[in-house]
Amino acid sequence: MDLVNIFIKGVFIDNMIFAYFLGMCSYLAVSKTVTTANGLGLAVIFVLGITVPVNYILETKILKAGALEWLGANFVDVDLNVLSLIMFIAVVSAMVQLVEMIIEKFSPALYSSLGIFLPLIAVNCAILGGALFMQERQYSTIIEATSFALGSGVGWYLAIVAIAAIREKIRYSNVPPPLRGLGITFIITGLMGIAFMCFMGIKI
Amino acid sequence: MKKSFFSKQHQILITDPMGDQNPITIQVLGICSALAITTQLANALVMTLAVIFVMISASMIISILRNSIPNRIRIIVQLLVVASLVALVDQILKAFLPDASDKLSVFIGLIITNCIIMGRLEAFAMGNKLWESFLDAFGNAIGYGWILVAVAFVRELFGSGKLMGYQIIPLSWYDTMTVDGVEKSFVYFNNNLMILPPMALIVVGLIIWVQRSKNEELIEND
Repeated sequence: MDLVNIFIKGVFIDNMIFAYFLGMCSYLAVSKTVTTANGLGLAVIFVLGITVPVNYILETKILKAGALEWLGANFVDVDLNVLSLIMFIAVVSAMVQLVEMIIEKFSPALYSSLGIFLPLIAVNCAILGGALFMQERQYSTIIEATSFALGSGVGWYLAIVAIAAIREKIRYSNVPPPLRGLGITFIITGLMGIAFMCFMGIKI
Repeated sequence: MKKSFFSKQHQILITDPMGDQNPITIQVLGICSALAITTQLANALVMTLAVIFVMISASMIISILRNSIPNRIRIIVQLLVVASLVALVDQILKAFLPDASDKLSVFIGLIITNCIIMGRLEAFAMGNKLWESFLDAFGNAIGYGWILVAVAFVRELFGSGKLMGYQIIPLSWYDTMTVDGVEKSFVYFNNNLMILPPMALIVVGLIIWVQRSKNEELIEND
């Protein structure tokens, strides 16, 4: 039951876009049509679902204070937390490269639809943000961390598909010229954020 | 030699990112970490200083190394340079400004994936000399900073009536009056909406609106 709660919390209450503004750059740049938004959203769910568990293992087995205990009694006091930023980003970029190669090898069709977005994801703040929030919230098992990662990914996916659909429709509306494009997207995202805030009161 | 340091072309490198090439409002870079920390002016200033430091150092390092970085792994090299600098900033903040470090929490770490830094490294520092890269990084960091400070100014002033933690709106404005046994405030209310995350987006949207109606060339046509 706890897992479902963490998942739902990630999708709605702690939505990556509307509550923390993570991954805004690609969210704004790749949301012109629903098809491309769909591709990027799926890629983000996929990469989050892989990198957060890997970073979780790294965090609990190597980086945390006292995590190196399995190496022997001498290592109990070692605290490598200083290195966590560098390790996380290295894992993220390495995993993205790896995932790209695997998809290219086994599913060329998926690769050609996701291909251009995968390198972009290495610098998507939502991915690194997922790892950092995982570290801050201290999930107790790897399954909880994975559930959080998938929830955040699905939340991000929902947000980008929704804004892409709105942007496709808004082309037919009479927006004031200086607001066209970026400006109106910002304001719509703000309004969607206000709508999403009604989930905040929910206590899970 | 000294004259060319501040030639016309060099000035443009600094002035462009503040106005018509602003990283946030025009190039759409670096929005991720920019918006969440603008509820208070002090946080925005700390964040701006951190970004200025990281960006200038990273640009200069990459610019020096640009001829020896193999093309295939350049993204990872850039990420690692930026990540080491950010780890440095993170440790300094934890040691000297623990309060700010607490409030900014994960957002200092997210400077690593701040697209402004990666974008400028990739687009500029990889192909230009040290001094130009320094100017470009400085200009873009300032361009990012002023938007951050402007948004934080509006949000803190209207959201909590303070600036940098000092009360700006006179406390007497909040005075209450008792009507029919119910206490009511008549003069001034804080706009609590301003503190909520979505308002940051709307304030930036309005800045974009003002900027583009002043300069018609920037208007998008889709």
